[in-house]
Amino acid sequence: MAPYGSDDSIGAEEADGRPAGRRRAVRYAVPVAVVGMAAATIGLVPAIADSGSPDLPKITAQQLIEKIARSDVQQMSGTVRISTDLGLPDLGGLEKGLISGADKGGEGSSADPKSKLTELAFGTHTVRVATDGPDRQKISLIEDAAEYSLIHNGKDVWGYDSRSNEVFHGTVEDDGRTHDKHDKHRSEVPATPKDFADQLLKSVDDTTSVTVDGTAQVAGRDAYRLVVKPKHASGTTVGAVSIAVDAATGLPLKFTLTPASGGAAVVDAGFTRISYDKPAASAFDFTPPKGARITEEKDRGKDAGKEPGKDAHSRDLGPAGKGLARSGGPKIIGEGWNAVAVFDSGASGTEDGTPRAFGHGDPSRFLSSLGDRVSGAFGKGTVFSTRLINALMTDDGKVYVGAVTKEALVKAANSER
Amino acid sequence: MSRAETAVRSPRPLRTLGLLRSELTTTFRRWRTLALLGVLAAVPVLIGAAVRIETSDGSPAGPGDGGEGPAFVAQITNNGLFLVFTALAVTLPFFLPMAVGVIAGDAIAGEAHAGTLRYLLVAPAGRTRLLLTKYAATVAFCLAATFVVAVSALAVGALLFPLGDLTTISGTRIGFTEGLGRALLIALVVALSLTGLAALGLFVSTLTNSGIAAMAATVGLLITVQILDQIPQLHAVQPYLFSHYWLSFADLVRDPVHWDDLVRNLQVQALYTAVFGSAAWARFTTKDITA
Repeated sequence: MAPYGSDDSIGAEEADGRPAGRRRAVRYAVPVAVVGMAAATIGLVPAIADSGSPDLPKITAQQLIEKIARSDVQQMSGTVRISTDLGLPDLGGLEKGLISGADKGGEGSSADPKSKLTELAFGTHTVRVATDGPDRQKISLIEDAAEYSLIHNGKDVWGYDSRSNEVFHGTVEDDGRTHDKHDKHRSEVPATPKDFADQLLKSVDDTTSVTVDGTAQVAGRDAYRLVVKPKHASGTTVGAVSIAVDAATGLPLKFTLTPASGGAAVVDAGFTRISYDKPAASAFDFTPPKGARITEEKDRGKDAGKEPGKDAHSRDLGPAGKGLARSGGPKIIGEGWNAVAVFDSGASGTEDGTPRAFGHGDPSRFLSSLGDRVSGAFGKGTVFSTRLINALMTDDGKVYVGAVTKEALVKAANSER
Repeated sequence: MSRAETAVRSPRPLRTLGLLRSELTTTFRRWRTLALLGVLAAVPVLIGAAVRIETSDGSPAGPGDGGEGPAFVAQITNNGLFLVFTALAVTLPFFLPMAVGVIAGDAIAGEAHAGTLRYLLVAPAGRTRLLLTKYAATVAFCLAATFVVAVSALAVGALLFPLGDLTTISGTRIGFTEGLGRALLIALVVALSLTGLAALGLFVSTLTNSGIAAMAATVGLLITVQILDQIPQLHAVQPYLFSHYWLSFADLVRDPVHWDDLVRNLQVQALYTAVFGSAAWARFTTKDITA
C-alpha cells in the first residue's frame, strides 16, 4: 500500500482535476452554510410563531369582560413570563432595598412572600403556577439554580426559598374569613396575567374605554385581545393596557401595559405555556426539609394585620406603589386614572412613616440627586420619575405617588393646600 | 480490481473502532489526563470537607441571610446527594471546560507538534475519520471528567452527610432512587454542555502545529466568553455564547422539570458542534501536513 494513496478524499478529488483552492472554498462553505441556516431559523421561527391571529367569532367588549368574570378555571398549570421595565436606572439591586425596606425591617425571612413580591417589580422573571381548586395553589419563582415556591394546600400556606433553605409558614382559618385570608396571601404575589387583569377590571368606569382589538395566539391558545385605555388621557402616564383572553375558557393569558410616552411595555406578563389538566397532587405537598429555618407568620411582627386600603388603591400605583401603599394608609386625591396617593410622613413620626419606605440609613441626599426639583403653591419638592409611576416628595415630608405626569402631581399637591 | 477494493473497504468499521480504541488508550494513559482527572476529583472532597467543618457547630451552610455561595450549598448538610449538584455547579464554569480545552486543543496540534500526525495519516484511515475519532475521544473525555466529579462528590457526600429522600428546589419530595437518577441525568447534561467547547477546541487545534498554542487559545477563548457572558450590556448576544445556558442543568432538580433552558443549551451545543466541527473538517482535510 503506497502512502500516497492513503488519503482517499484528497486523492479522489485531485483526480477530478478540480483546483485545490476551489475545493478548499467549497469545504469552508459548509460551516458558513450551517451558521446561515441557524441564523435564518433563529430569525424566522419567532416571526412565524407570532403571526397567528386566529379566526374567532366576533364578540363585544362587554361580552368579553363577562367572559372573564364568569371564567372559572379550577385546574391548570403553566409558565408565566413577567417583564417589568419601569425605566429605573440600574442601581445594582439597591432599588430592591429601597422598596422592600419598609417590609423587611431587618428581621424578615427570605421565604416571606412579602420580601419576594418586590423582586417581581424589576426585570424579567419566569414564574410557574399550578391550581387545583380553591384550596390548592402553587406559585414558583424560577431563579438561577434556585426557586422560591409559595404553596397553598388546605389550611397551610408555605413559602420555601431553596437558595437559603428557609421556610415560611402561615395558616388560613377554616371559617368565613378563609377567602379573605387566602386572597391576602395570594395577592401579595401578583404573578399571573389574571391577577393583573382582575386589578385592572375592578376599576373600569366611565373614564375608561374598553374595546376588543382582534385576536392573538398566546401559548398555543386562541385568544381575544381586550384593550383598555384611559378615555381622557390628560394626566396619566398609562398609554394602554392589552389583555389577551383565552377564547375557550375566558382566562386572561397575557397582560401588557404600555406607557403613554411610548416605547417598550412597562409590564408584560404572559403565559408561555399553559395546560388545563389537573396538576399532580404531589406538587402541593410540602414538608419542610430537614435543617431548614422555619419562620411562622405570627412571629414576623404585628404589621401583617393592618394594611388598610391596600387593595383599593394599589391598582393605580402598580407593584412598586403597592410596596409603598403597605407602609401606611394613603389618602387619595382625584379618581380613576388620575388618582394620586398621598402619604404624610410628617415629623410626627408615625410607626409606619414613609421614610422607612426609602430604606435604611440616610439616603435622602442620594435620592435628591436622582430627582428633579419642582416648586408650586405647595412649596418645594423633588419629583422622582419612572416610565410609569412618578412620585413627588415635598420638603415638608409629604409624598404624592401616582401613575400620572409630573404636572399632574404638582397640580394635586397644589390642590391639597 | 473490484476484489482488491472490497478487500480494502470491508474491514473499515472495525478499523475505525480500532482507531478509536487506540486513541482512547493514548488519551487516558497520559499522565496529563490522569492529573486533570485527579484535580477534578479533588474538588468535591474540598467542598464537602469545607461544608462539614463550617457546619460542625450546627450552624447552617452558607451565609444564612444573604443566600449567596455556590448553588445548592445550603442543602448539602441535609442530603449528601446535593454535593453532586454543588460540585458540578462549581466545576462547570472553569475546571471542567479548562480540562476539556486542554484535551481538545492538544488533539491535532499535539500530534503535529510531536511529529506523529503524518504517521497517523499513513494508515489508511483518511483525514475525516481521524478527525471524527479525535472528536469522539474528546467527547469521551468530557463524559469521563464529568462522571469523575459526580462519583467523587457522591462518595464524599455519602461519607460525610446523610442520604435519603430529597426535597427538590420546588419544595416537593422525591425518593432517593429518583434523586440518583436525576443526578445521573445531570452529569450527562453537563458532559453534553461541554461538547460545543470540544468542537471549538478541535477547530483551533487544526489551525496550528503547536499543541501549547492550541490549548492556550482554547482556554483563552473560554475565559473571554465567560467574561462576555457577565456584561449586562451584551445581553443580546449572550444567548448564543456556548457557556450561557451551562448552569441550566439545575433545572433538572425542579419538579416538574423546567425544560426550556435545558433544550436551548443542547441546541447551542449542537450548533457549535456543527459549525466548528465542519470548520475543523474543512481546515484539516485541505491543509498541508508538514509535521
